[in-house]
Amino acid sequence: MTIDKDTYKLSNPGKAGKMFLVAGAAGAVLSLVGYFSDPEQFFHSYLASFVYWVTFGLGGLFFTMLHHLVNGKWSVVLRRISESFMMTLPYMAVFVIPIILGMNELYHWSVPEVVAEDHLIQKKTGYLNDTFFIIRIIMYFMVWIIFSFLLYRVSLKEDAGYTDNILKSQRKISAIGMILFAFSITYFSFDLMMSLDAHWYSTIYGAYFFGGILLGFLAFISLFSLLLQKNNILSGVISIEHYHDLSRLIFAFVVFWAYIAFSQYFLIWYGNIPEETLWYLHRWEGSWKVFGYIIIFGHFIVPFILLMTRASKRNPVMIKFICIWLLVMHYIDIYWLVLPSLHEHGAHVSWIDFTTFIALGGFFLFFLWRKFSANPLVPVGDPKLDASINFTN
Amino acid sequence: MNGKDTKIFGILAQFGDPGELLQAAEKTRDAGYSKFDCYSPFPIHGMDDAMGLRRSPLGYIIAFISFFAVIGGLSLQWYANAIDYPLVISGKPFISYQAYAPVGFGLTVAIAAIFTFVVMLALNGLPRPHHPIFSSSNFEKVTDDGFFIGIESGDSKFDTEKTKEFLSSIGGKNIETINN
Repeated sequence: MTIDKDTYKLSNPGKAGKMFLVAGAAGAVLSLVGYFSDPEQFFHSYLASFVYWVTFGLGGLFFTMLHHLVNGKWSVVLRRISESFMMTLPYMAVFVIPIILGMNELYHWSVPEVVAEDHLIQKKTGYLNDTFFIIRIIMYFMVWIIFSFLLYRVSLKEDAGYTDNILKSQRKISAIGMILFAFSITYFSFDLMMSLDAHWYSTIYGAYFFGGILLGFLAFISLFSLLLQKNNILSGVISIEHYHDLSRLIFAFVVFWAYIAFSQYFLIWYGNIPEETLWYLHRWEGSWKVFGYIIIFGHFIVPFILLMTRASKRNPVMIKFICIWLLVMHYIDIYWLVLPSLHEHGAHVSWIDFTTFIALGGFFLFFLWRKFSANPLVPVGDPKLDASINFTN
Repeated sequence: MNGKDTKIFGILAQFGDPGELLQAAEKTRDAGYSKFDCYSPFPIHGMDDAMGLRRSPLGYIIAFISFFAVIGGLSLQWYANAIDYPLVISGKPFISYQAYAPVGFGLTVAIAAIFTFVVMLALNGLPRPHHPIFSSSNFEKVTDDGFFIGIESGDSKFDTEKTKEFLSSIGGKNIETINN
């Protein structure tokens, strides 16, 4: 991998893309074997992996829109990376098809025999029915794809030459996109994950999911930049000052995530109503308890303590460790949300969990790398680029 | 006395603009002075580095205090709810740490905020109703368009004549001696 110093373009994207594609294809073949051996396990594993990898695209979309809305300066050097994350969404949309095909295995409310005997779900069929579910999923992805394309197109136009109109349209797109983003991710998490247990509901679930999205994304983009710089790409462009800011955001969202997670738990604990507590009961049973402890300590307490000082936020080795740690925790968090609906009395980690993870991860990274290496690695037309490169805290 | 005089607070010099003040601060720092201060109508970016100031220990002090605030907040509720006046609330155990969390969190934030304010003032040597430098009538410009450096007599390198020469060599105007 080499970079052209003047245009900020990769002159040789290297073999990374091919490796990701091979990993994705191999994972997909193995997952297919998994589908034939245990379809129910396959669909649940697939759902967890799918949601996990889609969150990074969503994080990219959010970060890009936020950058435009707050007129960000320091984050200009990261913008193209976050836009490349966002541009994985159109491709990842294809991978939602197996979930729609596996609806009957995943969601009790889509099985007519179950609904016939379940009074509570009968009352919810106005929302939870096959047709509306599919329409909603298509709508979410349409919103994300449309706004990703719009933002990316304007961004490439900016590379050719900056005009004030470009800044205006970036802000307009982001303002509308941000509102639709909030609704779409909330209902996306309601539909794909919360409705696994159709009796249970939590209005803060969407905010909890959002905390995970942004935390996962921030960890991924920091790790991605660090790995790029290990290969001498963008060194001198992304500096420790940018990592410092990213780490501060990670620290903030570790706390945000914990705050939301505790708020959800706390109200249900206080109310102590069986239909609400059941969800937590399943997640505190048998070996799921271990997952619960891992999430409390690993997703909150450990990163909170490690990232507290300024020195650790400016230490690349520490940042790399925290990012890998949080990416693992983010997966465990989603696994903990999805899989207890299949294994109610204890965790059974299956090999299909790993193959679906590798399959979707391989394809995600392939799309990410292809998009990222095709265009300049930083928005070269942005008038704030120099200010961002020379940014100090 | 080696040119030192306990009656003298320090030497004050005026500079033309924020850029000059920043450079003068760097030169003063490089000349080995450490007990000096810069005065300007507004904050100047990069001044901390130019003056060679260390990072404030405030964060560590507050972290230390917050640790005890958490312990204090939680044990207050534990003592009140489980020891002093045990009361069954919606069938929960007396020691329900979940219910202690919001109050523990709130107390920690409140105590940390109050102590941040108080400790910040203390570290800055505030409140300070009078400062010897106010005796200079020229110094009144500091709230408008005056930029000053004052090297204090407590500095180990301080010498009335030499410090005056030094300040004029780095571009200081209206140099005057401030008495205590």
